This record gives sequence, C-alpha cells and structure tokens, in this order.
Amino acid sequence: MFAYYLDLAMRSLRRHKILTGLMVLAIALGIGASMTTLTVMHVLSGDPLPGKSATLYYPQLDPRDSQDVRPGQEPPAQVSWMDGMNLLKAGRADRQALMTGGAVPIQPPDASIDPFFEDARFTTREFFAMFHVPFLYGHAWSREDDSNDARLVVLSRRINDKLFGGADSTGKMLRTGGKEFRIVGVIDDWRPTPHFYDLMTGGYADSEGVYLPLLTATDLKFPTNGSRDCWGNGANIDAKTALCTWLQFWVELDTPAKAAAYKQFLLNYSRHQKSLGVYQREPNVRLRNVMQWLDHNHVVPSDVHLQFWLAMGFLVVCLVNTVGLMLAKFLRRAGELGVRRALGASRRSLFAQLLVEAGAVGLVGGLGGLLLSLLGLWVVRMQPSDYAALAHLDLSMLLATFALAIGATMVAGLLPAWRACLVPPALQLKSQ
Amino acid sequence: MQIQPILAALRRHRLATLLITLQIALACAVLSNASFLISQRISRMHAPSGVDNAQLAEVSVEGFAPDQASNVNARMLAMLRGTAGVSSAALINAVPFGDPAANAGIKLDPSEQGTHGVMHFYVGGPGAFQALGLKVVEGRAPQAGDYQPVADFTPKQAPVVITRALATSLWPQGHPLGKSIWIGSRRFRVIGVVKGLIRPAPFTSSNRPAQGSIFVPGQPGPQLVGRYLIRVATGQMDSVLERVRKAVRQMGPQVVLDEAQTASVESLHSSYFQTDRSMVALLLGVVAALLLVTALGMVGLASFWVSQRTRQIGVRRALGATQGAILRYFQTENLLIVSAGIALGVVMAFALNVLLMQYYEVPRLPLGYLPVGALALWLLGQLAVLSPALRASRVPPVVATRSV
Repeated sequence: MFAYYLDLAMRSLRRHKILTGLMVLAIALGIGASMTTLTVMHVLSGDPLPGKSATLYYPQLDPRDSQDVRPGQEPPAQVSWMDGMNLLKAGRADRQALMTGGAVPIQPPDASIDPFFEDARFTTREFFAMFHVPFLYGHAWSREDDSNDARLVVLSRRINDKLFGGADSTGKMLRTGGKEFRIVGVIDDWRPTPHFYDLMTGGYADSEGVYLPLLTATDLKFPTNGSRDCWGNGANIDAKTALCTWLQFWVELDTPAKAAAYKQFLLNYSRHQKSLGVYQREPNVRLRNVMQWLDHNHVVPSDVHLQFWLAMGFLVVCLVNTVGLMLAKFLRRAGELGVRRALGASRRSLFAQLLVEAGAVGLVGGLGGLLLSLLGLWVVRMQPSDYAALAHLDLSMLLATFALAIGATMVAGLLPAWRACLVPPALQLKSQ
Repeated sequence: MQIQPILAALRRHRLATLLITLQIALACAVLSNASFLISQRISRMHAPSGVDNAQLAEVSVEGFAPDQASNVNARMLAMLRGTAGVSSAALINAVPFGDPAANAGIKLDPSEQGTHGVMHFYVGGPGAFQALGLKVVEGRAPQAGDYQPVADFTPKQAPVVITRALATSLWPQGHPLGKSIWIGSRRFRVIGVVKGLIRPAPFTSSNRPAQGSIFVPGQPGPQLVGRYLIRVATGQMDSVLERVRKAVRQMGPQVVLDEAQTASVESLHSSYFQTDRSMVALLLGVVAALLLVTALGMVGLASFWVSQRTRQIGVRRALGATQGAILRYFQTENLLIVSAGIALGVVMAFALNVLLMQYYEVPRLPLGYLPVGALALWLLGQLAVLSPALRASRVPPVVATRSV
C-alpha cells in the first residue's frame, strides 16, 4: 500500500512542479536555518568531559567583608590564594587541583623562531589525572614538585610541534620568562568544550599551550590571565595575601555521598574561618558539578540563543507557508480524491495517502535543508569567534535534520489532508 | 471597488485565508524585531569613540621583569618617538576597543551602599591626554603636577577628567567640577569634562555605560608600563606599525610584543565588532529569506485561487467587467489579507519583544519599526500578487461559455 501511495505522491508532485518546488524550498530554507543554529547550540552546550563531568565539582566560598551584603547572594566565582591553599592541603576530595590562567613569553631555543606569548595554566599536578588529560610523551610532575618550586613544564602537542618539530622533547630545557624549565611531559590534543575549568579566560577558549606548577609560576610572578575580584582595600598587595579571589579550585568526588560530605566540610571550614575572624560573613558555600557550573554561568553566548530562536521563528513561518500551499494543492485535487472515494477508498486511506505525499515533500526538503545547513555551518566556521571551529554536523544532528524535516512536514500536512478528506465524493463527481 | 464580494469569496476559503494571514503576522513580528536588532547593532558599531580611530594605535609589550619597568618605558618611548610617522607617544593602560585594564564600581560617597555602575579608568602618562586628542568642554586638562605614582591599578587619589555623558548621569543638576568619585577609599576629584571617550569594551552590560570612562593622570612606573599610545600621521599607520614591530624584535628577548594588542584603534574597533557584524549579516539573511518565503506563499496561494476561479472570472468578464477591474479585485484581496496579517502581527511583534526583553538585553521595540515592517509587507504582497492577478485579468470572457 505504501509503495502505491508513494507512487501516487510522486505523480502528483511531478504534476505541479512549481507548487512542489515552492514547498520544498520553504522546508529546505526553514530546516537549513534551524539546523545550523541548533547544531551550533548543540556543540556549545555539550558536555566537556562525557562520563567524567558528573564527578567533578567546583567549590565556592565567601571570604568577602561585610560591605554590601545581600541575602541569597552568590559567593565569588573564584577562590582566594589562602582558601585555595587551605582546601588543597586539607585534601578531603578524591583529587583536587588549584589553578589560574596565565601568559608566558616563550624564548625558543631555535633562534629562527621569534619569541612569542603563549597562554599557560599554572596548576597543581592532579589537574592532568582529574581532567583525563592524555599524555603523548612523559608524564605530569610529581607531588613534591608542587611544593618545592620545581622548574618543570608540560607542553601541549601544538607547542611541541612548533618548537621541537613533534619529537619527544621530555628532558630538554625550555626558556620562558627568562628562566630555564625542564620539560617533563607533552600532552596530546586536548580541547574540552566549553573551557569549563576556567570560564574567565573565555568560555570556548582553546586549551593552554604550556602548563607550569602553580607555586613556581606565582613565585616567579608570571602574569596571570582571567579576572581578579577584590574587596576592602585588598587590591594593592601581593596576590597571595590580598583580599582577592583569582584562582579556580576543582575537586573530584566519586559518589553523591562524598559530595554531600564535602559540602558539609566547606560549611565547617567557613564557620571555622569566621570563628577565627578571617571571614566576616555567615557561611555561604556552593558546590556545583561541571554541567551545573556551566549552566549557572550561561556559558552559551546569548547571541547563539537569539539566533536559534530566530531560526525557529523562521521555521514556523516556513511551515505555515507549507500548510497553506499544501492545502491549495490537496484541494485542487478534490476531483481525483472524489473519484477514489467513490471507488471505495476509505477516508483513512486517503488521509494516509496525503500524509505520504507530505512526507515525501519533507524528505526532499530535508535533503535541501541538509545541504543548506552544511553551507550555513561552513559560513559559521569562517567567523573569527572562539567556537567557530567547533561547528560541525555530527551523526545525531544529521538524523535530527531528517527527523525534523519529515516530522514537521507531516504535521504541516495533517490539516490540509484532513480538510481534503472531508470533500464529499458526489459533489466532485457531479461537477466533472 | 467593492469590498463586499471579496470578503464573501474569502469566507468560502476560511482556512487558506487564515493560514496566509497567520504567516504574514508571523513574518511581520519577526521582521520588525529583526530589523530593530539590526539597527541596534549598527548604531553600536557607529557609536562615536571620542578619539581619532584611524590615527591612534596601541603598542603593547610584555615579558620583562618588574624591576625593569623604568628602563623598558624609557627605551620604548624613545624608540616610538624616534619612529618616522609617529607624532606623539605616551603610556596608557588601555585604548578604546582594546583589552580593558581597570574596571571598578564607583561611589559618590564612601559610605554609600551599592555603586553607580562600573566605570573604566584610563590611566595615562604625560602626553596621553593630548595624544588621545580629547576635547575639553568644561574645566581643564591634566597638568604637569597631576601625574602621581600608580598603586596597583590607579593612583591612590588623583584629579580626573570624565566624559560629559558620565557627568550628566552622576550629577543631573550639573556642576561636576570639584565633585568626588570613590572606589573604596580611593578618591578622585573631577577637574575636567570631555565631550566623549568610549570605554575599551563597550556594550557588554547595562551597568557598564559605553561612555563610562574616567581619565586618570598617572606616573609611568612598575604599575604603568608596557602599553603605549601613539598618534600617527594620516595614511602611515601600517608602515609605522611594521617599523615598530621590527624595532621591538631588536630590543632583545626580554621584551616580547603582544601581537593581538598592537594595532590601530580602527582595527581594534573592527575586531571588537566582528561578532556584531556577523550577527547583522545573519539577521539580514533571515529577513531576506523570510520575505522570500512569504512572497512565495502569497504567489502560490494567489495562483491557486486564480486557476480555481477561472470560470467565475470569465463570467464576470462576460458580464462587462474590465481587465482592470479583475486586476484590482485580486490586488484589493491581497491588500485586505496583508492588512489583517499586519494587524495581528503588530500584537505578535510586541509579544515577541517582551519575550526577548525577558531573556536578553534588548530594549523595548520603538513604535517606528512597525510602519516600516507594515509598508514592506504591503509592497511585497502587491508585488507577489501582480503576476497571478495579471494572468487572471487576461482570462477571456469566452471561458464562461465552456463547461469545463
């Protein structure tokens, strides 16, 4: 039966080429626009570390003074040096890392390459294990190196390629900021999207090229990247004693029970700090996991949302347009439908036949839409924004394109098909 | 032209009429909001910076040890001033459309709760104010004695120059000169008002006004080092920057040029608004596609009606209706449908705008955008219906006598 309906649909579509073309064009434009923006949104709101992100948490504390206290206020988005070091030393989580972004001048061994600046991450060692960073050569620095000012560095594959032509560079020396560092490891390509562990340096920033032990980098006073929030008269002193939050602290907690216990620990810690007179506010802590943290920060740019809704609005207009055209098309065939009714076809089978026709329009429109969204994504990739390079169609989005196209067109076909089935057969036969 | 028969005919095609009206209404709603967003972005891109974008540039270097600050400043300034084509060079912490350096919430009284918004503090060394070419409209420019050592991000207290827009918003009753602005315990006394000076990263949030800039004179030193403002003679920007890049490379490995921030204010402006430009292009694309689809929908429906009513048209022609009368019939019919769609669309446009305002930083839709959208749709409708209507008008009266 389906094959017969499909045959009828093809005949009818071929008969009214212009009307069919208009419908296909409308569907293709609507699907193309909405799938382009949907794909961008899908890529941008993805999970940076699938399977792992639910066990990674971002503790927040509130060490600010009592000025401008408002009920329900969010604690600062980062931690101070003192709190970060205390939590790190307490070591209550399965893994933990304290970090900040930075920029270091690289003075290449090869004089033919000009000195350049590279984004760096100053962090403690468990960063690599906790975030599943793959190593190409070597390994992370040791636990002792976190606290003994070790001049060690881990490079990204990109920097290793640039400086050492991709060879195993572990054990070699790298000159940065006027100091010599020994290379202990090279990590493979690794770009969590979004750049969840430090949103201050760009929600979709590329991962850093150079990784240095936090204590080493801060003792050498390498410049940090990101934001620093200060209170009181805190700004104008050494960053380590300043009343400022500027570091990110991440913990890994494997079970919800551990997470609950850690939150309790944060509350106890805040109470203790208050009893010592270090904190002035009541305990105010947060413990969000990766996806909650991304959600809380509205990390997907609002322009992307706006584009998505705009494209959806456009798709609705296209669909309404298709409903109108399909209605015109189906009613024009009232005579033919009347004959089929008179020959014994039930309303239900006419309805099915018309929906198959709508689905066929959807399929062709979906193909056109797919081509248009590939074009659209190519245009997006040409843009200079951080996330541009990420805009690719994956298999799930490809299937979604066709599901959306066929589904939407069939829904658009419902009303015209129902209306056309109501045509009384006798009237049509008479007027012929 | 009688409207009665048209309405009677439309009543027989209630569903189709309703659909096309709905489509026009949706198009009207999206169209007016999209054109509003477009014009908003364009006006941001053309917001005056208060300085001469094409003649100013930032040169930024890093990589040296903090104790090298005075040495680096002296060498850099000497090099920049000695470069052919540079008419003046001075230290500055940020330039319009570059990276912001010192944003801070300000108070008019240190005991005040809350702030009057977050402003940007431009800290400039001697000559920076003049190099920027700011126009003083009230009070005076900073003088030699006003430059004090910078503590962290600004001097501890300093005379400052603010923009006219900021002065008006802080002291609506006027007389800003001599008044004080506070950040924590830091006090800044207003000595002058300039016509305008845009902040480095304008239009990021509503409590950061675009003209919320404060110029603070500061002494070059460990906290004011590495970023320089140069004024370049017309047409020499590219060659000057090339010479500067080469000179910095020769200064040794301790001084590394920050490529991204070493650029003319004009090119910083262009990269700052890159996303806005692509958003405008996208919105224009959507508007064009929307108009196209709507027009095609109207063409399709009108053609269908014309072919459906061929016999009736023939009868009217046989009874004496002129070609013009048939043409006007379909044109009026389209006008009525589009007008109904616009009436519904205006309501939907405002609903959409309210929705957008809730989730995004979008202001209220000005009424002026509605007539524009309406006019565009009326014109589009008339153009779309023209070809089917002309075909209808050419239906010969003899059709009336044929049975099928």
